[in-house]
Amino acid sequence: MHVLLNGESRQFDDIKTVAELVERLGLAGKRIAVEHNEMIVPRSRHAETELSDNDRIEIVHAIGGG
Amino acid sequence: MTDMQRMDVPLTVAGRTFSSRLLVGTGKYRDFDEARAAIEESGADVVTVAVRRSNLGQDPDAPNLLDVISPTRYTILPNTAGCFNARDAVRTCQLARELLDGHNLVKLEVLGDQKTLYPNVMETLSAARTLIDDGFDVMVYTSDDPIVAQELESMGASAIMPLGSLIGSGQGLLNPDTLALILEHARVPVLVDAGIGTASDAALAMELGCDGVLLNSAIAHAKQPVLMARAMKRAVEAGRDAYLAERMPRRQEARASSPTRGLITE
Repeated sequence: MHVLLNGESRQFDDIKTVAELVERLGLAGKRIAVEHNEMIVPRSRHAETELSDNDRIEIVHAIGGG
Repeated sequence: MTDMQRMDVPLTVAGRTFSSRLLVGTGKYRDFDEARAAIEESGADVVTVAVRRSNLGQDPDAPNLLDVISPTRYTILPNTAGCFNARDAVRTCQLARELLDGHNLVKLEVLGDQKTLYPNVMETLSAARTLIDDGFDVMVYTSDDPIVAQELESMGASAIMPLGSLIGSGQGLLNPDTLALILEHARVPVLVDAGIGTASDAALAMELGCDGVLLNSAIAHAKQPVLMARAMKRAVEAGRDAYLAERMPRRQEARASSPTRGLITE
């Protein structure tokens, strides 16, 4: 499946949900937030949120800032 | 000193009470250890963070800022730095709320251009309205315009945060008179956000009657950040006390402090 992940075109095989994507990226259990086609996906719904070809995903975290 | 003389109320923003009137950023430190030490020394309760795309190439087990600056110890204030329109700022706040398990206090800043990082007031007002309607408690970085401050307050902003001078410039307060105009009418906390360069700038903001000061570079870019953090803590406390004490009037002429009678020359 092709997704636009943090602005980059990426190809993933055998991935159906946001939870699987997060797991594949090694980010399961990390302090992140996920946006799916510009809609927030609450952590509780990562497993049930299905991905489609060409979806846009943003994964963010907190960094230093003022 | 009696309790009466010391009597002050703590800074309260959107129903949250803080023991320190100094709010600090987490950016521009050499490393997490330096950030942690300086922030601890500053005594701040409220600590700003930025929200950015996770670097997916990186080691996912690398330490995370929120492991160092714990949300259980500090009130994390996510900002919308780097957003140049209302839509991006709103999205950033929504991501931040998810990131912080529903924590809804945010620092809104919508910038006008890269050169000045001056607030874009139209976009700021638009984003503030959307966020407030969506249940956020919004502390708003804005220009030092008293009319805009009133507009933000009437739409329900939790705090007004005018700049003292350009972000990261360290020029101090270029606008004490306009800040005073904002303070005269404000019924929500007013905090100077941006421009503080050294301790006397922070003290002056507090002496004017500001409810708090938010700064980052002034500590992080000092040669000794931990020492400057302590200076800022003391400056904010000293400025607050001076404000509460109500300073003496300024006079054009001298007035002797020592008795003028009983001199040996009489």
